[in-house]
Amino acid sequence: MEPIRKHTGLVYPLNRSNIDTDQIIPKQFLKRISRQGFGQFLFFNWRFDSEGTPKKEFSLNDPKYKDASILVAGENFGCGSSREHAPWALQDFGFKVIIASSFADIFYNNCTKNGIVPIQLTEEETQVLIDRSESDSYTISIDLEQKTVNGSDDFHASFEIPEYQREMLLNGWDEIAVTLTHKSKIDQFEAELQQSRGE
Amino acid sequence: MNKPKTIVEKIWDQHVVHQEQDKPDLLYIDLHLVHEVTSPQAFEGLRLKSRGVRRPDRTFATMDHNVPTIHRHIIKDQVSKTQMDTLKQNCDEFNIPLADIDHPDQGIVHVIGPELGLTQPGKTIVCGDSHTSTHGAFGALAFGIGTSEVEHVLATQTLWQARPKTLNVKVNGQLGKGVTAKDLILAIIAKYGVRFGTGYVLEYTGEAIQSLSMEARMTICNMSIEAGARAGLISPDETTIEFIKGKRHAPKGSDFEKAAKDWKALATDQGATYDATVEINADEVEPQVTWGTNPGMCIPVSASIPSPDQANSANAKDEISRALEYMGLEAGQPISSVKIDHVFIGSCTNSRLSDLQRAAEIVRGKKVNPSVTAIVVPGSHSVKVSAEKEGLDVIFKQAGFEWRDAGCSMCLAMNDDVVPPGERCASTSNRNFEGRQGTGARTHLVSPEMAAAAAIEGHFVDVRKLTQPTPS
Repeated sequence: MEPIRKHTGLVYPLNRSNIDTDQIIPKQFLKRISRQGFGQFLFFNWRFDSEGTPKKEFSLNDPKYKDASILVAGENFGCGSSREHAPWALQDFGFKVIIASSFADIFYNNCTKNGIVPIQLTEEETQVLIDRSESDSYTISIDLEQKTVNGSDDFHASFEIPEYQREMLLNGWDEIAVTLTHKSKIDQFEAELQQSRGE
Repeated sequence: MNKPKTIVEKIWDQHVVHQEQDKPDLLYIDLHLVHEVTSPQAFEGLRLKSRGVRRPDRTFATMDHNVPTIHRHIIKDQVSKTQMDTLKQNCDEFNIPLADIDHPDQGIVHVIGPELGLTQPGKTIVCGDSHTSTHGAFGALAFGIGTSEVEHVLATQTLWQARPKTLNVKVNGQLGKGVTAKDLILAIIAKYGVRFGTGYVLEYTGEAIQSLSMEARMTICNMSIEAGARAGLISPDETTIEFIKGKRHAPKGSDFEKAAKDWKALATDQGATYDATVEINADEVEPQVTWGTNPGMCIPVSASIPSPDQANSANAKDEISRALEYMGLEAGQPISSVKIDHVFIGSCTNSRLSDLQRAAEIVRGKKVNPSVTAIVVPGSHSVKVSAEKEGLDVIFKQAGFEWRDAGCSMCLAMNDDVVPPGERCASTSNRNFEGRQGTGARTHLVSPEMAAAAAIEGHFVDVRKLTQPTPS
């Protein structure tokens, strides 16, 4: 996983609540056996009509957001299915940071395993970012060390993220390698299980 | 005396392998269930780092999401076939038990775990599938994980997890006749919303829960994730123990007696405290039908579809308008007037034997409305065999239902069981998201009884009005 400390990028606003992972990547695209190449299917049913032609009315098809790398959405982003294909698709499409007024638990966790920074801001702060990026091309910077979000204007916000996940993202650690440093404790736990429950 | 604890605290404390300040706990995982869709990248990750599977004996795999439910061995979709073949190769390579498409144990992963007795109280259970919460019905701590975590569990049999907050979902009173566990969980989500459980483990308590069968409890816990909670559980009691007794992987003889005693001790202690509590009166719950594009958009069958004007914020108003447009519905329209094109009885929520028995009772001797295509997809091969022994297949087929082989099927339409664009389905599954049952498909979540009644009538109908006893 690539470490991420700071990121500056163009904001893409998606002013909806309860965006579920079925919308982020519909089920017909979950059949691949690799982690790559899911970006082309991101928000597929919202982006394309039944002929596969981009829908003009869906804002992600607007050329002004072509280089966006920060997605801002409403509450409960990423609810529903646990499919990690959702963060894979967002990342492959070019998103490095997701800002929302709240996240679904599994999706939040899945982001941090893939080097995507999930940032929870208040509803008011999220709405400001949405309004500004809807009306104009809007760039913001996030700093994972300082836990801040700063706009190219007067926008300033700070956020919380569990320390463990922040460290993982900052360092791009291989989590399994970290866990295996505790292998003797797992061995010991299993030995005790064997003794107490015969398992 | 020790401080009273909830079942979640007890299970947690029994599974902590390692603890450090400012870090999540390293939690031991007792059982890891695996299926074809969320595992290939995890196995590939192991291979890339030359890692093995730590405990293949604590891992169990099946094929469910992609499998055809008709013409079982003609898998037209090559990509699906590759995914199934890949699971087989991975299980062979890493020595993991697999119930593949031909195996008598095959079925939806959340149906076969309990059926085989793999699911037991007090276990930590994970699967790369958000409906893993189903297993919480047994007093297990069971939750869905992503593919990176699947790889982590395969390699280490552990996960880093922050101690969850607990939320008591207290269900007072008793469900009325013709009102089911599905109606109850839908009513809970309708009342408290699709995110009240985020960050919590739900524990369902109260009289109404205690009197539910294990299969009904599975339906409740299954949909915890639709309230935002990764896990939902019910303290084990005699009903739990009776269900597990004699199952293939359950302890036997005196081991069972000892296990049963330990299981009962897991139940939440009198006086234990939760981080939050919500309540609902079971007596007031009517049969439910969802009208929108998330499970919280749900009303009693006697009600009418809400209007965007009832919303309390601009965002909520937009959400209702978008849902009505997608669903092709008008505000103020009685839900019972909505005509349907498809009925799907199946999924990890409602595809167990008792679900099929209750639906069959409704359709016995009647005919599916000519405008409706109706299918029954048993949750497992074993459910299918048991149902056929009772002649349920005949009842369904005579009524005009198709009787299929086991799998996830039309719940998420990864196989050929797809609802066409713009068509409407009464479904016993768990998600009415846009496109869930097919691009442009319109899903209404209901109980098996309500789905069966809708199949006969061609529109939604209060099932309680159909089941009045015939005069003798």
